[in-house]
Amino acid sequence: MRPETKRITVSTSPYLHGSDTTPRIMWEVVISLMPMVGAAYYFFGLGALGVIAATIAGCVSTEYVFSTSGSKGASLKDGSALITGILLALCLPPGFPLWMAFLGSVVAIGMGKLIWGGLGQNVFNPALLGRAFLQAAFPSAITTWSAPDGQYLSFRGTNAALPFFQGHNVDAVSSATPLAQMKFEKLATDYTDLLWGNVGGSLGETSAILFLLAGLYLVWRKLINWRIPLSILLTVIVFSGIFWLMDSKAYPSPLFMVLSGGLLLGTVYMATDLVTSPITPRGLWIYGFGIGFFVVLIRLWGGLPEGVMYAVLLMNSCTPIINRFTKIKPYGYK
Amino acid sequence: MLGIDSNMTFSHGIHPEEYKEFTSSCPIERMPFVEEYVLPLSQHIGAPCKPIVKKGDVVKRGQMIAEAGGFVSVAMHAPVDGVVTGIELTETPSGQMAPAIRIRTDAFSTQQFHLTPPKAPEEMTVKEFVSSVQQAGIVGLGGAAFPAHVKFAIPEGKTCRYIMLNGCECEPFLTSDHRTMVEQADAIVDGIAILQHHIRAEKIFIGIEANKPDAIAEMTRKIAATALPAEVVSLKVKYPQGAEKMLLTAILGKEVPSGKLPLDMEALVSNISTIAALSHWFRKGIPLVERVVTVTGTAINRPSNLLVPIGTSMREVVDFCGGLKDDACRILLGGPMMGMVQKSLNIPVVKGTSGILILTDKEVRSLDEYSCIRCGKCVDACPIHLNPSLLGLLAKKGLWEEMEENHLFDCFECGSCSFVCPSAIPLVQSFRVSKGLLRERMAREKAKAA
Repeated sequence: MRPETKRITVSTSPYLHGSDTTPRIMWEVVISLMPMVGAAYYFFGLGALGVIAATIAGCVSTEYVFSTSGSKGASLKDGSALITGILLALCLPPGFPLWMAFLGSVVAIGMGKLIWGGLGQNVFNPALLGRAFLQAAFPSAITTWSAPDGQYLSFRGTNAALPFFQGHNVDAVSSATPLAQMKFEKLATDYTDLLWGNVGGSLGETSAILFLLAGLYLVWRKLINWRIPLSILLTVIVFSGIFWLMDSKAYPSPLFMVLSGGLLLGTVYMATDLVTSPITPRGLWIYGFGIGFFVVLIRLWGGLPEGVMYAVLLMNSCTPIINRFTKIKPYGYK
Repeated sequence: MLGIDSNMTFSHGIHPEEYKEFTSSCPIERMPFVEEYVLPLSQHIGAPCKPIVKKGDVVKRGQMIAEAGGFVSVAMHAPVDGVVTGIELTETPSGQMAPAIRIRTDAFSTQQFHLTPPKAPEEMTVKEFVSSVQQAGIVGLGGAAFPAHVKFAIPEGKTCRYIMLNGCECEPFLTSDHRTMVEQADAIVDGIAILQHHIRAEKIFIGIEANKPDAIAEMTRKIAATALPAEVVSLKVKYPQGAEKMLLTAILGKEVPSGKLPLDMEALVSNISTIAALSHWFRKGIPLVERVVTVTGTAINRPSNLLVPIGTSMREVVDFCGGLKDDACRILLGGPMMGMVQKSLNIPVVKGTSGILILTDKEVRSLDEYSCIRCGKCVDACPIHLNPSLLGLLAKKGLWEEMEENHLFDCFECGSCSFVCPSAIPLVQSFRVSKGLLRERMAREKAKAA
């Protein structure tokens, strides 16, 4: 045996691999979320960071304790638990009790992802599933919004509520979100405030411009499929535009629909979740159309001011069947 | 002539790093003769050839030493003046042991050819032409080594309106077709004329990827000086542009139906270096006894394009190119996307060896496998528009019948899906295994039914 044979290894083709890896994709998404975390702090102060820390702690620890894939903690390497944590925090109010945020994250990772078999196997977006659980369990806490106060060191009393003993502090300074004002008082919020984020709402329901930029960045880096945001936004604009044109007093303008609430957060980060969205180009259009349709439906006629969460979850559940019915015709079958 | 832009291509595909710069400007050198040659009887697709020499026979360079073993089979010739030392089992590139003729080189010979060309091809009938190509031992030199004459024998009832010559060389690293086009353009054009005389196609296309502007310029210039209905087509640089169906689609804009051949679309697709071999045979009487091999990679000391006699040991070739670097970890025959791995250098260069590629673990990274995140990158890469992500999941669960329903057998194993998969799932590798298992099962069922 010649010396070179000792270090020669074998495998089957192909022998080259592209530069993208799953951890790299996930970590890049985490980094793209940093400006939103910064904005949440800027508008809502320390309380916002507390909520984010609580959800991250909940997600990461659940993943560590319950994940069965590979060695202990191996699945943390891909960064996906961190994404779920940040995304869940972004759809919670700044004064949200931290113990609830933590509990929501345990549900998000545990029931949203791990019981399905871990990364890649889940049907629903884990962060939204966690939020849906919180909405059902703590309907009052999750709809108590505080106005941006610009006090960077403020930590709201409600954040520190004791588990199970105190729901939330009713004395909290609350303010309605632009969507709620529109829905219940027919009050429109100034577009500039919507664009920059100087409005009440969840941590991530603030600055429209940050999400637009993040969306462009993710599309450019091919981390999300451009068909999803485009189809959602087009559907929302066209569908709500029709009603606005019919009666601009009773219905909000398409621009307001796009800029307010969690639509951009949901469009850029939730609906585009690779795992829970369809894989075929035609399927992506159908999926995006469905989300846009349900958002408008719930916002205009539903009992809730916001409908992005349910719209995305509903379409998540349609993903397998969309994939099945939009099978791509292979080469040579036309 | 730089940066020829071209949008002519197929849909999907990938853009791996090209790595052509190692050898793209190295002129073809002749590999010196070595002491011994090993010539496996089965170097092509189809039946092995049958030896017509025995141990102790003295053979001359270019003399036929084995005849075709059927229609889909070709003859084989001695690459040197020498003595047959035996016909015995040897290691072959596929990893199997197979019979091969061993020839010891006559150390005192000048190794000049003493050959007479066959009758002028223009005076041959189509039948004579086809059988002459078979006699010359010519196979497709792109890598698959399909007997060339079989393609040239257009069956009764079929027409051939287009000849498509494949100069894409879309595999990274390889430059043997590239250098052949630049240095042997005359032989290629002559080969085209010979082939066209018998096929009489309406149109001849020479497809070359746009990253070979010198080859495009040279071929365009040479073609312009003839009256052939030929056109050089610059194609977008994309893998696997050189797959025959992809080439046909890029040029004609039509798809080859599943299970059909390019000839069903009235087209004959052939590798371009193969056409140069036609000219060598018909004008000089030189059968396929040597071929251009790109010896390259990050772990070879002197990357080169060599004219290597068939049967030369890979070890001799590698030594001639300065040997392996210390960090060599992978030996491949062919390109890095579809090539065949070798466990040692004790393998002869055969007719289908377009390249010898030596890589380090920097290129051949062993990546951790993650779960499929359904990112769809494989769907966007697959040139056959399959859903590799779905096929991969089915393979993992052993649902082979469902894989078949999802068109597993349309996959030609180009490896694009595995290349792009961020979770490093061995997609094409599992498809290969699944196909093997399915074929085995089908054979068993057939045997049972019979």
